[in-house]
Amino acid sequence: MIVKMLRYVAAMAVGAVFFGAAARAEVVIDITRGNVQPMPIAITSFAGSGAQEGQIGREMAGVISADLERSGLFKPIDPKAFIQTVESLQVQPRFPDWKAINAQALVQGRIEQTQDGHLRVEFRLWDVYAETQMVGQAYNAAPQGWRRIAHMIADAIYKRITGEDGYFDTQLVYVAESGPQQKRIKRLAIMDQDGENHRFLTDGQELVLTPRFSPNQREITYLSYFQNNPRVYILHLDSGRRELLGDFPGMTFAPRFSPDGNKVIMSLAQDGNTNIYEMDLRTRHSTRLTNDGSIDTAPSYAPDGSKVTFESDRSGGQQIYVMNADGSGQTRISFGDGRYATPVWSPRGDLIAFTKYKGQEFFIGVMHPDGSGERLLAKGFLVEAPTWAPNGRVLAYWRQTPSDSSGRGGATKLYSIDLTGNNERQVVTPLDGSDPAWSPLIP
Amino acid sequence: MKIRFLCMVAAVALLGACSSDDTATQGGAATATAPTATAPAKPGVVPGSQADFVANVGDRVFFAFDKYSLTPEGKDQLAKWVAFLKKYPSDQLVVEGHADERGTREYNLALGERRANSVKDFLVSQGVQATRLKVISYGKERPAVLGSNETSWAQNRRAVGVVQ
Repeated sequence: MIVKMLRYVAAMAVGAVFFGAAARAEVVIDITRGNVQPMPIAITSFAGSGAQEGQIGREMAGVISADLERSGLFKPIDPKAFIQTVESLQVQPRFPDWKAINAQALVQGRIEQTQDGHLRVEFRLWDVYAETQMVGQAYNAAPQGWRRIAHMIADAIYKRITGEDGYFDTQLVYVAESGPQQKRIKRLAIMDQDGENHRFLTDGQELVLTPRFSPNQREITYLSYFQNNPRVYILHLDSGRRELLGDFPGMTFAPRFSPDGNKVIMSLAQDGNTNIYEMDLRTRHSTRLTNDGSIDTAPSYAPDGSKVTFESDRSGGQQIYVMNADGSGQTRISFGDGRYATPVWSPRGDLIAFTKYKGQEFFIGVMHPDGSGERLLAKGFLVEAPTWAPNGRVLAYWRQTPSDSSGRGGATKLYSIDLTGNNERQVVTPLDGSDPAWSPLIP
Repeated sequence: MKIRFLCMVAAVALLGACSSDDTATQGGAATATAPTATAPAKPGVVPGSQADFVANVGDRVFFAFDKYSLTPEGKDQLAKWVAFLKKYPSDQLVVEGHADERGTREYNLALGERRANSVKDFLVSQGVQATRLKVISYGKERPAVLGSNETSWAQNRRAVGVVQ
């Protein structure tokens, strides 16, 4: 694994040198490299036209700094080191002042209240050494929307400097866990990717598992044990309405939306046999896609909807397969040592993330859709169920610690990690958490 | 009156569950059998009830890692279930399938469903009407025994009968 990783890094580093030569004097981070030195960046408080705007401006700078820092690619400089004041920065950046504290890039902004009570937020990203403006944008929003604007600005900075789309203006839905393991209380919960705006979506009366977003993020499909009948449901976030999906003669589970949002793919377990079904949400017609005596589950569409990856134990143990969206051409792609489960297609289409179980350890890894290029990113007593950030560069998953016979341990927490295997971080949640699902960028 | 009666039954059921789990943690992996199968009849237990089933029959059978086939011990145990169900023909039975924590969530749901159906199929083959049986899988969501070790895992790879 390490050898493979080094080769990957070396290949990418060559690319970086070439790109660096072509784009001289540009502030650039090549995020495909294995271990990037975080770029020092100065993020100043956004100047406000009044006291309220000034307060929001300080908080926005904090949100942007935290987003960029968490990516592992940026190192926001402590504002105490800043030489030029926010006020004088409004006139013109004094670049020597920023070079003096080793800032490679500089972020400044300004907030005004418009006549209709909205906020108008302007921001600029400067290349300190080239002394040029890299981005200048303005946003309008209701005052309570300032947090989203901060995430959008962080996304704009990330995109300009790394060349990749950002992932900060997104949410996570997950299963919040509490209580002893024998009767664990599980609730669906949703939050911004930085943990803010956390709220519970279900009350814990019944067991719920595996929530996943629809492409427009207004619905969540999940498994609920409502009335002791484990079935796939859709929760409509705007109305709070919960909808049973289909009328199947057994347990339905492992649901995911299709990329166009028109279908849900899931498993049906009946009489000891689990197959994959697809339901058209417009016609409510369901189609069986797999038909053999094994456990076929954890289906996930390719981003163009043309193919589905899933796991099956038809060869004896769990392995990953790819098939056409109509169920034809089922092909095994994982052949490594161990069991392979929970395949999830990257939003970029180039990789499939998975859970692997080998010996007494679990791993989170990725491989190409043809099964080549397997790389393991995280490992532990239990790590499970990767989900992709919308830019296909960061993954989230959950981790459980072992427990002893008196029930100590067994904590479940959410984590994120770079596709390079670096920058593993806990995603802080109020309670324990599992089964994270990352939303697309908010439209 | 009715409420008090239910409480009493619940208390007995709880006791049964506790004692079964205490014994269970001492059992080995391969030899795990329902610990309360041979327990003597307890006073105050309503015949044909869940408490009766737990205390005098034994409410669970165990499986090997990632397996859903019944062991010889499991079949012996299920023969007692069959006798119980024939003795109390108005009883319905929910068969819960469970898995240990060493597996992914969705696969374990399917595995638990397989285990519950193995039990159901056996009971039906021995003459229990399928309409009296219902299966439900909890995957790895409801361990009976805590502890990340083989002894606990062996107790959690189980099917449990719940009399209705």
